[in-house]
Amino acid sequence: MNRKTSSLSMGKLFSISGIIVVLLALIPLLTGRTDVITWFTFTLMYVTLSQSWNIIGGYTGQQNLGHAAFFGIGALTARYLWLFGMPLPLALLAGSLAAAAFAIIIGFPAFRLKGVYFVIGTLVLAEILRIVFDTLLPRASVLPSRLLNVYSLTPRYYLNLIIAVLAIGCVYWISRSKFGLGLMSIRENVDAAEASGVNTQKYKLLAFLLSTFMSGLAGGTYAYYASAAQPGYLFSAVWTFDAVIIAFVGGVGTILGPVIGSVFFVLIQQLLSLYLPGGIHVLVFGILFILVVLFLPGGLIGLWKKITGPDSKNGGGRIDSRD
Amino acid sequence: MITQLVAQTVVNGINVGALYGLAAVGLSLTFGVMKILNIAHGEFLMVGGYLAFWLLTLRGIDPFVSVPLVAVAVFLLGMICYRFLFAGIARFEEETKVKNSLLVGFGLFLIVPQIARLLWTADVRSITPKYSGESFPLLNVRIAYVPLGGLLIAVVVILALHLLLTKTYFGKSVRGTSENWKAAKLMGINVDRTYLFTFAIGTGLAGVSGVLVGLTQALTPDIGMEWTLKALIVVVLAGIGSVGGAFFAGIILGVVEAAGAIFMGPYAVALGLVIFLLILMLRPQGLFGNE
Repeated sequence: MNRKTSSLSMGKLFSISGIIVVLLALIPLLTGRTDVITWFTFTLMYVTLSQSWNIIGGYTGQQNLGHAAFFGIGALTARYLWLFGMPLPLALLAGSLAAAAFAIIIGFPAFRLKGVYFVIGTLVLAEILRIVFDTLLPRASVLPSRLLNVYSLTPRYYLNLIIAVLAIGCVYWISRSKFGLGLMSIRENVDAAEASGVNTQKYKLLAFLLSTFMSGLAGGTYAYYASAAQPGYLFSAVWTFDAVIIAFVGGVGTILGPVIGSVFFVLIQQLLSLYLPGGIHVLVFGILFILVVLFLPGGLIGLWKKITGPDSKNGGGRIDSRD
Repeated sequence: MITQLVAQTVVNGINVGALYGLAAVGLSLTFGVMKILNIAHGEFLMVGGYLAFWLLTLRGIDPFVSVPLVAVAVFLLGMICYRFLFAGIARFEEETKVKNSLLVGFGLFLIVPQIARLLWTADVRSITPKYSGESFPLLNVRIAYVPLGGLLIAVVVILALHLLLTKTYFGKSVRGTSENWKAAKLMGINVDRTYLFTFAIGTGLAGVSGVLVGLTQALTPDIGMEWTLKALIVVVLAGIGSVGGAFFAGIILGVVEAAGAIFMGPYAVALGLVIFLLILMLRPQGLFGNE
């Protein structure tokens, strides 16, 4: 169904994305304002994070509310290895692998849980990790002065840019591959997918691995970014919730949805924080989220497609059966 | 000495456990009857606690007197939420209904704490009438008045709910709807209204537990998720839809946690969650459920 998600030809799509990436790559050269670069860095990190959730929650239809667990594992592993002197790329890789390894351990039992039990189970799992790490490592991990003295936002920004592009590329591949079709068939109807020869258990696990690996990577970039980080906070449910609302408001189960959602999220966050006390953006986004769930299952992307052309079919992410 | 410690731990555990049970009963009711898991259950609890806090500090109304007031207020709030947010979803087929109601509850879970922060600030509050902290000795064990009152209220409320569900026509329609809503509808039961009242009763119960929580523990805008999880654990322990079971499972969890806290300190909460996951995996029908 994603074969013709866009009326644009493939070549055009690629050149537009290429131009955007080049423009993004130029930003640190154009502006020296750290606040602007920080916004972009966060937007890109949210892109990675929400895309990672999109793979399991959007394309596969398994509403994993324990996403923070993998973000946290990735972040904590990468952070400590990096601070112990491991080269950053290796530390990031190790963090992601740790997150994926944890996903293997809990994947088999977790996918035995169906429907609402899967959601509760994953939510509780992340909460257990948060409590354990809050107790085990109560003190914030602060960068040593040798690193603080040379701290610069620019490499953080580029790292997030590269990883976000990779994440979008990965989701793009999923949306066009046989593997992705298998995932979407699981989302629409597990029994029918099984009956038509999709090994649903294997596909779900693979999607879960990919999603958690990417989430661990997002965690790693945050670990690299943060000058001080409370280990318990890295496992905070906030990371799950941000990923979920961004994906839904943007358009869950689409390639561009999480991207647009992330831009929108950071934009609203920054705009509102100018005038109102902090946290109000969560209120606004929560209301948007409910509206999307109730009235606009395609998210902002779906809205855009409804406005521009009624014949271009909305790419997916619908989790109701109203059509 | 050691017997005293054990007895005190059990008493404390029962006091906390009664709250867990009361918080869980409402969740169990809505989940059992409507197959809607209200993730925002703890938010209604939090709102109930703050309403009682308001009534005490602004109007000087004793928290035990304000229990019925808060119950009615949160009941109405639940009605409004159901009418505008959940009613449309309740019509869908099972799987869609579960997922979408979960997402709406999740949205509420994001919104309500922010509103609470605007109304009551992020400061830690507690409901402290003059007599809070006072206690009397009973066979070596100190019994505090406030938790004892909370326990009594919890017992009375749950008995009342039990009578409502088993002895009245409304209770019959609730039980009928939970078994098979289509058949219930064919028998002339107003399913929509039954859902509306069931949901509102569930939130009203959350409101009552909120008052009791505020009397014995800290109130912050962020306690909602914690209490939803607690209630969920209890519901799963008891088996979904089992109202009486939920109360006893709550007391078991309270005692286990109180005992665990002696040996494991802060890990006791994690212990409760691990037990929960194991039961979810190995015995999804709950400890008291039979299927």
